[in-house]
Amino acid sequence: MMAGFLLRRLINYVVLIAVATSLAYLLAAGTLDPRSNYQERNPRPPESVVDARLDDLNLNDKSPLFTRYLTWAAGVVRGDFGETVTGDSVNDDLRRRAGVTLRLMLTGLAVGSVTGVLVGACAAVRQYGVLDRVTTGLSFAVLAIPTVVLANMLVIGATWFNDLVGAKVLLVSGEVTPGLTGGWLARLLDRAQHLVLPTISLSLALAAVYSRYQRNLMLDVLGADFVRTAMAKGLRRRTALVKHALRTAVIPAVTYFAFTFGTLLVGTTFTEKIFGWHGLGEQLIDSIFTNDVNTVAAISCVAAFAVLVAALAADALHAALDPRVRAG
Amino acid sequence: MIEPILRVTDLHVSFGAVPAVRGMSYELAAGEVLGIVGESGSGKSVAALAVMGLLPRGARASGSVRLRGTEILGATDKGLAAYRGKTISMVFQDPLSALTPVYRVGDQIAEAVRVHQRTGRGQAARRAVELLDLVGIPEPGRRALAFPHEYSGGMRQRAMIAMAIANDPDVIICDEPTTALDVTVQAQVLEVLKTARGETGAAIVMITHDLGVVAGFADRMLVMYAGRPVETGSVEDVYYRTRMPYTLGLLGSVPRLDRGGRLVPIEGHPPSPGALPPGCAFQPRCPMAVAACGTAEPVLEPVLEPVLEPVPESVGGPRHLAACFRAAEVRSPVRSENAPGEGRARPEPIVLGVDGCGVSRAVDAGGVGVRPESVVLGVDGCGVSRAVDADGVGVRPVPVVLEVDGLTRHYPVTKGTLLRRRVGTVRAVDGVTFDLREGETLGLVGESGCGKTTTLMEILRLVRPAAGRIAVLGRDTARVTAADRMAIRRDLQVVFQDPMASLDPRMTVHDIVAEPLRAHRMGRPGPRVRELLELVGLDPDHAARYPRELSGGQRQRVGIARALALEPRLVVLDEPVSALDVSIQAGVINLLDDLRSRLGLSYLIVAHDLAVVRHIADRVAVMYSGRIAEIGRADRIYAAPAHPYTEALLSAVPVPDPVVERSRRRILLDGDLPGPMGRPSGCRFRGRCPRFAVLGAGERDRCVAEEPEIRWSGGDQGAACHYASF
Repeated sequence: MMAGFLLRRLINYVVLIAVATSLAYLLAAGTLDPRSNYQERNPRPPESVVDARLDDLNLNDKSPLFTRYLTWAAGVVRGDFGETVTGDSVNDDLRRRAGVTLRLMLTGLAVGSVTGVLVGACAAVRQYGVLDRVTTGLSFAVLAIPTVVLANMLVIGATWFNDLVGAKVLLVSGEVTPGLTGGWLARLLDRAQHLVLPTISLSLALAAVYSRYQRNLMLDVLGADFVRTAMAKGLRRRTALVKHALRTAVIPAVTYFAFTFGTLLVGTTFTEKIFGWHGLGEQLIDSIFTNDVNTVAAISCVAAFAVLVAALAADALHAALDPRVRAG
Repeated sequence: MIEPILRVTDLHVSFGAVPAVRGMSYELAAGEVLGIVGESGSGKSVAALAVMGLLPRGARASGSVRLRGTEILGATDKGLAAYRGKTISMVFQDPLSALTPVYRVGDQIAEAVRVHQRTGRGQAARRAVELLDLVGIPEPGRRALAFPHEYSGGMRQRAMIAMAIANDPDVIICDEPTTALDVTVQAQVLEVLKTARGETGAAIVMITHDLGVVAGFADRMLVMYAGRPVETGSVEDVYYRTRMPYTLGLLGSVPRLDRGGRLVPIEGHPPSPGALPPGCAFQPRCPMAVAACGTAEPVLEPVLEPVLEPVPESVGGPRHLAACFRAAEVRSPVRSENAPGEGRARPEPIVLGVDGCGVSRAVDAGGVGVRPESVVLGVDGCGVSRAVDADGVGVRPVPVVLEVDGLTRHYPVTKGTLLRRRVGTVRAVDGVTFDLREGETLGLVGESGCGKTTTLMEILRLVRPAAGRIAVLGRDTARVTAADRMAIRRDLQVVFQDPMASLDPRMTVHDIVAEPLRAHRMGRPGPRVRELLELVGLDPDHAARYPRELSGGQRQRVGIARALALEPRLVVLDEPVSALDVSIQAGVINLLDDLRSRLGLSYLIVAHDLAVVRHIADRVAVMYSGRIAEIGRADRIYAAPAHPYTEALLSAVPVPDPVVERSRRRILLDGDLPGPMGRPSGCRFRGRCPRFAVLGAGERDRCVAEEPEIRWSGGDQGAACHYASF
């Protein structure tokens, strides 16, 4: 039953990805102008050479958009996203950068959502208490500050902290220290030091949103009859709240996970830029500037794919957590 | 004297400055059943939650609650958790929300076992299955693995009871355990509670607003009003030797299955807990109030009875207490011929409300003067309206206002998101035929899911039904134009169940009542609105108010005024009084009855409460699973039901009279209502039919093979049963 439920969803998603990616390609190919990359060169290459080069890359605006789309789509179906404006394989480039973004996002997501859910649940249990008031204030403050400002504040804070303790504890640039020698433990520590700040930058906003959401969900079930039943059985209040109230209230939050995943991809763009992580977000910005149609389309495809994988994971989790939807 | 199991002394509960319970005391002996009765807002549920230590945050409780001699009020969460579920357990009102949706039912019961007993998982799971078996869940082993949403309401309440008795408690508090259930399921659940009581020997506190349930189930009872107990004593004392005018009013206003006639409502409406009147809280509604009542609140005091034989004093005692300055003067009119121990027995029982002034009579009998305004409205009302039936031979010569013939409404059930496919059909209404004549009231009764509301909605749509035919005021709905439809709507009006939800909260009463007049361009509505408000017993000055400023009964009167604005000929009422408290309900029922006779209306009333229908309908149609099981004159059907389902349904309705209720034979139906999805062969009721069970094999074949059509007896009574007992 559950496998059937997930399979049905999967088919829906494949169709959605195809549509989203095609639209992204058509939009990018219709608005970006790779020819301009050559026109600004000095000496300016002859038109026939540019045409030949653009034809090679399937970027020539003289061939009809639909023909280019078909060529591109045929490649995508074979698993080939074409070449960048400089002639490199988009696939190779993407593979390298997707790993970077994924590592950043997954830790950010895990830390952000767990923190958010716990903070929200605790705030709801003691509604209008100190914790509730403080977290409410903090989350609105975080939500009001753009990621750019927040990330830069973190960098400044980290520098101050490093000066204070007199050692480079928090590293603010890149994913690893280049040319680092040492065993796996030293490398792991180095990665962790690099990871702290970008993770905080990503997860703060996430935790802020999640805590507000979870607080409201929790408030809905706190007065629920089944929580009262659990206590009437002889469960302590805390046990009843965790086992019965939170367990039920976390279900909608899991579905919400899918939606945050999409916004997170955009969120990482700034974080990657500021902390010098060479991930997909950074690449997306760069490729728009360089009129790199194929990369833009490929990243859109990856983004669509990621959002839908998250949605599928959310559905699977939802079905696993809530027996009522399995019948669907 | 034996120490009571549970002793509550001077319990007070308040939410901020608003008192919800104002001094409640009772004692509960081992194995005893105490019924606590009161209308909504009387504090009965809050008091129970206070005893369990489960009050919501923001509530403050004071007083004393001693469980087996130990004070538990104000105990720590840890201390309370040791008692809850073990010594004292609770069954809640709404079984749909009382179980955690994400855990298996068996696991939830096993959890209750494991909280208090050192047992392994396997053993607790086995115990859960045993308990489910005890409360009558079929196939308990398989059912223990199901989730709450896979249970019907009755089964969930059984599971709740299983959970409550898991640790063999001394006290079970049942907070309206059957209010959310259908009447046949209520009978089953009460039976299960009796089993549970037999099994555990537990004392039960039964909180309910249903005086019938208390009459049949409880040993002693306590009546609450505005947060205080106003009368307590043995069930017989309170029902037959009532000493508090509120109890008296409550008993007079309850619709009863075993007698028709006019109800006597209590004037006014219950006070809001934040704004109690000075003195006795009931004084503004009390027909017996004197000046002293407005100055001080009477306390519960022993009633001086003309004792015939000395009663042995036991725990809690059969002592009869009432909180009324004039308790000695109150005399109960609700008597049963066989009520025991009545000092000055009267030769014949006084039947209340023959002419609409039963209260004054009842009080007159006690030899006291009456406030004139306590005489209830509609003195001219009853008796006249039943002229149609007066001939008694079932000839109904008056014109037909509504004709429904073979009405069918099926809903497709689809599955799948990308490719929708039809997986079944809900046969909500499956061939319903009846007619309604001018000046007549037809009650459409049945349990939830039987299709009664769907039938009503199909009629209101005024379009061609999927199958069958509807004719409203002689016009076939399949052949009317849009303009005709507008015209028919003037003559066909509706009153809905929930008076709050059916009135726009942002419109004043005036605008609500004037809206139909404006929609049909009936000129300036002002004078007509005043007239309508007066007609339904509202102060015309209420026109400027908003619905939220009115009480439930007043809101429903606004709904009725709106329905009457266009002078309709046919009014359709969907559960018009089910959202109202008993004391309010009676007033609305009487109003409907008066309006019908005064304005010559015809009513089609959908209701699940058979006692309410008994009081208002001339004819009754009993629906089961999308079809009419029995139809005919109300007095005949209530007196001698021909269909086994009607018989079981009527037997399941409790009667608020202890002696009558305890001597009644109850036909318990197995199982729940069938899901409307299946395609039934033969008679749909046969799976639960007590008559089918005793038929011979040859006779049964007919029930299996052939769907029964309605057969008519001589006097306008028809039953869809091959073996109807006319």
